[in-house]
Amino acid sequence: MSSSPKAFDTEFIAEVQRESEQNLALCYQCGNCTAGCPVSFAYDYPVNQIMRLVQTGRKQEALSSHAIWLCASCETCTTRCPNDIDVARVMDVLRHMARRENIVSEKAVGAFWKAFLESVEKHGRVFELGLMANYVGKTGRMFTDVDLAPMALRKGKLGLKAHDIKKLAEIRGIFDRYREQK
Amino acid sequence: MSLCYAYYPGCSGLGTSLEYDISTRALCRNLGIELVDIPDWNCCGSTPAHAVDHLLSACLVGRNLGIADDMAEARELDGIITPCPSCLKNLKTTQYRLADPEFHRKVELVVGRPLRADLPIKSVLQVVVEDLGLQALAQLVKAPLAGLKVVPYYGCIMVRPPRIMQFDDPENPMALDNLLTELGAEVLPFPLKTDCCGASLGTTRKDVIAKLSGRILDAAEEAGADAIVTACPLCQMNLDMRQSQINKANHSGHNMPVFYYSQLAGLAAGQGETSTMLDKLCVSPRPLLAALAGHTGEGA
Repeated sequence: MSSSPKAFDTEFIAEVQRESEQNLALCYQCGNCTAGCPVSFAYDYPVNQIMRLVQTGRKQEALSSHAIWLCASCETCTTRCPNDIDVARVMDVLRHMARRENIVSEKAVGAFWKAFLESVEKHGRVFELGLMANYVGKTGRMFTDVDLAPMALRKGKLGLKAHDIKKLAEIRGIFDRYREQK
Repeated sequence: MSLCYAYYPGCSGLGTSLEYDISTRALCRNLGIELVDIPDWNCCGSTPAHAVDHLLSACLVGRNLGIADDMAEARELDGIITPCPSCLKNLKTTQYRLADPEFHRKVELVVGRPLRADLPIKSVLQVVVEDLGLQALAQLVKAPLAGLKVVPYYGCIMVRPPRIMQFDDPENPMALDNLLTELGAEVLPFPLKTDCCGASLGTTRKDVIAKLSGRILDAAEEAGADAIVTACPLCQMNLDMRQSQINKANHSGHNMPVFYYSQLAGLAAGQGETSTMLDKLCVSPRPLLAALAGHTGEGA
């Protein structure tokens, strides 16, 4: 951030509206989204407060929240919103914006998603074992799921080989052109 | 009626949910549903793609939709199906958003080809229950699952958000309930049937999984279930493979088998291990199935 954050950032409100294609003014704080949200217990701001932060242009608080990274995309909020706001899509858009501004309040979640997409770009499909190795490399979380590895390997649930697609050039092309578009 | 679908297996079917893919293919074969794999399909990007960027997510899905377009040129298809709810949601969300001409143009530019993307997209469960009907399933049942008490667990996104998924009731779906009843199992009422298991936070935030998946295991046991039956690879992994982690975190002692519905369909159809792959489950269902066989006097 180059200058001190604005207290009421109208540009931010417009940007979230545009990218999510949702009318945020329709939220009247009924709390239905929060009542149904399964991850509320782990959030710093419950989802209705995230909606309020966006409505009131509090960009810094919204984008640096942990809640936007912990949202499990379960779509309960979207399903139950009485005003038909796609709340889960707003959460998605806030993550996109936070990432663009390099604000990642849940480092492990950000690293996992990055490792996942790197696996897709490299192989065309997710290579689970490679993904875990990359994730451990990014976070230093050596003991993540190490207790599950013997079981997963014994059950043949963790393939030792990647299943690369044949036309990898097409996937690389998609990633390249996507980056050019941005 | 002969049905033929473009099949999108999804990445987990190659590894952590191999048994779901194999038992799903067997179920479809038995029901006369022809599956043609989308050739050289790629990962839909799952949650990480849509959480990082909607255009990227739509373009990864778009390549697969384009290949399915080509398949439909070559032969008549009833649509695209997938067993995985997360792949399904990405496929359907992309199709929904492609209705916007501006977005459609952007996606075509990045994918590098024109896209029609107009084939119907459904889960295998929806095709079995709606297109084929439970009567067809009833004809397969040779060894009804009598005495098996189960709770059906749909996970979140098989039916949500309803505007996109267009399947069953978003709060109280019954497709899986009805299917399992048809297989002869005793289906118990399960108020947590669409509650979240913690999804992809398994690797990054185990506390969330211990709480949410732990609650599902607790409720299933409280309900008096012998097993949980699911239709989602991620839910299955959280409840089954992570059950020992959850027990440790919550000081609980669950030993609850977590089946895919397609495995139970195979069992009820009297199929052997090659298509049901019960050995892949981390919590062994053997003692349960042996007890049932002893009870009814039939071989497992």
